[in-house]
Amino acid sequence: MQVHRFEKVWLGAAILLIVGFIATIAYGSVGVGVGMVDDSGGQISAEEVQNGNTDTPFDDPGVVKTGDDKYTVYVVARQFQFVPGSGDNPIQVPAGANVTFRVTSADVVHGFSVVETNINTMVIPGQVSEVSARFNEPGTYGLICHEYCGAAHHTMGGSVEVVPPEEYDMQQENIDQSADDAQAQEEADQ
Amino acid sequence: MVFVDSYPKTSKLVRSEFLVAFVALGIGALFGVVQALHRTGVFRGFVSSADYYTILTGHGVLLALVFTTFFIAGLFTWAVANSLERELPQRIAWSAFWIMLTGTVLAAVSIIGGLVGAPSILGHDLKADVLFTFYAPMKAHPAFYIGAALIIVGSWVAGLAYFKSLWEWRSENPDERIPLQTFMVLTTMLMWYVSTIGVAVEVVAFLIPWSLGLIQNVDPLLTRTLFWYFGHPVVYFWLMPAYLVWYTILPKLAGGRLFSDPLARVVFVAFLLLSTPVGFHHQYTDPGIPSGYKFIAMTNTMFLLLPSLLTAFTVVASVEHGARQRGAKGYLSWLRNLPWGKPAFAGCMLAGLMFAAGGFSGMINAGMNINYLIHNTIWVPGHFHLTVGTAFALTAMAISYWLVPQITGKKLRQRSIATLQPYVWFVGMAVMSNAMHRAGLAGIPRRTAEPTYDEFAFEGVAGTVGEMRIQIAIGGFLLFVGAAMFLIVMADTLLARRGGTLSVNSNIPEPLSGADHSPRILDNYKLWTAIALLLIVIAYGPPLASMVADGLFAPGSPPIPV
Ligand code: HEM
Ligand SMILES: [Cu+2]
Ligand SMILES: [Cu+2]
Repeated sequence: MQVHRFEKVWLGAAILLIVGFIATIAYGSVGVGVGMVDDSGGQISAEEVQNGNTDTPFDDPGVVKTGDDKYTVYVVARQFQFVPGSGDNPIQVPAGANVTFRVTSADVVHGFSVVETNINTMVIPGQVSEVSARFNEPGTYGLICHEYCGAAHHTMGGSVEVVPPEEYDMQQENIDQSADDAQAQEEADQ
Repeated sequence: MVFVDSYPKTSKLVRSEFLVAFVALGIGALFGVVQALHRTGVFRGFVSSADYYTILTGHGVLLALVFTTFFIAGLFTWAVANSLERELPQRIAWSAFWIMLTGTVLAAVSIIGGLVGAPSILGHDLKADVLFTFYAPMKAHPAFYIGAALIIVGSWVAGLAYFKSLWEWRSENPDERIPLQTFMVLTTMLMWYVSTIGVAVEVVAFLIPWSLGLIQNVDPLLTRTLFWYFGHPVVYFWLMPAYLVWYTILPKLAGGRLFSDPLARVVFVAFLLLSTPVGFHHQYTDPGIPSGYKFIAMTNTMFLLLPSLLTAFTVVASVEHGARQRGAKGYLSWLRNLPWGKPAFAGCMLAGLMFAAGGFSGMINAGMNINYLIHNTIWVPGHFHLTVGTAFALTAMAISYWLVPQITGKKLRQRSIATLQPYVWFVGMAVMSNAMHRAGLAGIPRRTAEPTYDEFAFEGVAGTVGEMRIQIAIGGFLLFVGAAMFLIVMADTLLARRGGTLSVNSNIPEPLSGADHSPRILDNYKLWTAIALLLIVIAYGPPLASMVADGLFAPGSPPIPV
């Protein structure tokens, strides 16, 4: 087969380009450590998520402190809200902490994307999506379902509120305090 | 001799296939402009936001599935008859047409059901608001899945007609090389057979029985994976016909001939080998799939750039050769010596140019980790309106200006509209697509009737969100005008009377470097298909095995209405 000289040069340049792309992406994964969503979240029964009897934190989803500066956020996506996340129930995490999102679906396929960040995963019934992140800047981040999930899909949004660490701890204490107060009150009532 | 006089039966077939394609294009384009105006908030009076998704399902199915498949069937029918110099086997080819048409009608009726209150038909609500990717566990009417399956089965039967023609030709020409156009058609069809296995299993083994209530559950991740096993190669099923046009017809329209037949064959074989073991790049952000498989898919995807980069070289070189035949001189000034006023030529060239832009945004999509920034944002429709929506669609429209006269014997009418049309499409697409890309970078999602939220507001990264909305709306409107111009030209031409002699013909000039220069092994279909299957087993065997290890239907989901 006869290959023209220009064709050979072009072919060489094209292969170089391709190898360059693969190398940068490999560097991004291994060197910089941009993790992929994978099977680390494990599986779960979507029906049990729907009924709230999974015997996991998904039955009462929310933020769980798992260590110094370590938090896991359990989120259930359902037609057409994130729990927590949507409406006046934003996800609250402290700035600078290591946050792991564990997200699953109670019904159909949804998306879970924190706008303008790398937090972007599909939410598939039967699977748990696990994404790690750290928010350095306090502020409010948009949260959206970016996969069509039914007639009101466009209303399925929410927010992530990143608060300065001191404020976060104070808030948590207040919540714990008021929970304790409520319990004390209840006991007194009996 | 005019094609229609040499092959009257085959011409009738091509006309029928094109007719269905053009009707689908017209309705699809109407839906497209409704979407562009609705989701930008410019005008929401056509449909409610809940019905937006019915319209979007129609747009995706009619354009990505019906328009493409029927147009490709017509083009391939012509190409095989033209290059093997014979009528196609009529019984098989017409069965294919009717199977595909039945499938189209079933799918279309079940989608339209969603606009008229979803009446109960045979015990199921007649609607299919599931978009053209129909991810389980959202459930459509069974007729939708059956219709989709029939469109695919029909395309398989059409492929049989092409192969049968080859076998007939081969018995008369035992020692000749397969003519280039037929070679391209058959390589594409082999790729299509291999890759449609995924969606066929998904629909026939899982979704049809599940939607009928014969099985309770399906595994949403497994069915999704089967879909994307097919979902990437399908883009090559759209692209390879455009390449067939660019390689074999465009050089002639430029006044020259193809640069190299052997390289063209190499490119098509590369597509056959690499198109399928890449589907996980649509699932980079899916849970339940180990990242190693995603990495393999990424590497294969990057290598799949190679045949397209080679195509860019060959096509540009062939066109330049054409310009020099017309007396052009200089490094770049040859561009001026090309027939930019001929709509067939101009359309193909503009389509190719946009494809180059689409290629670049595709490289971002393929970049496993960069993909996180844009996955499922409106960047993605911005990308594929450059590829299938222009590289394929504009090439299809452009080559119709050249081909329809030959399959009807009628001269092209409304030439001034035709001359302007590719430019209108090009400008409309440039306006719509650039804004979609930028809006995607700002995080604005695709597939969303009203992408505005109570909890927060989007901020533009390059440009303002308001300006992007206006551009998407204006671009979408221009595209609709472009589609309408094309359909006016076609309708007027098809309805006209025959008369006068045509200025176009189907003779394809010999390439500069002909088939004699290409190794015979390139025509060994058995070998290439075997290697293609082997690569698929390597890329898909282990992940599919682990997905079904816990049971074919687990973790399971019952059907959920939308
Ligand atoms: C008049 C011309 C067109 C206009 C105005 C138009 C407009 C649009 C818009 C605005 C969307 C995004 C909707 C959303 O995500 O919410 C879209 C989606 C889409 N378009 Fe087009 N389009 C046109 C032509 C085409 C053509 C020619 C094709 C293919 C041959 C095509 C294929 C698609 C597909 C596959 C989708 C995705 C559907 C989905 O996400 O389910 N479009 N179009
Ligand atoms: Cu949604
Ligand atoms: Cu792809």
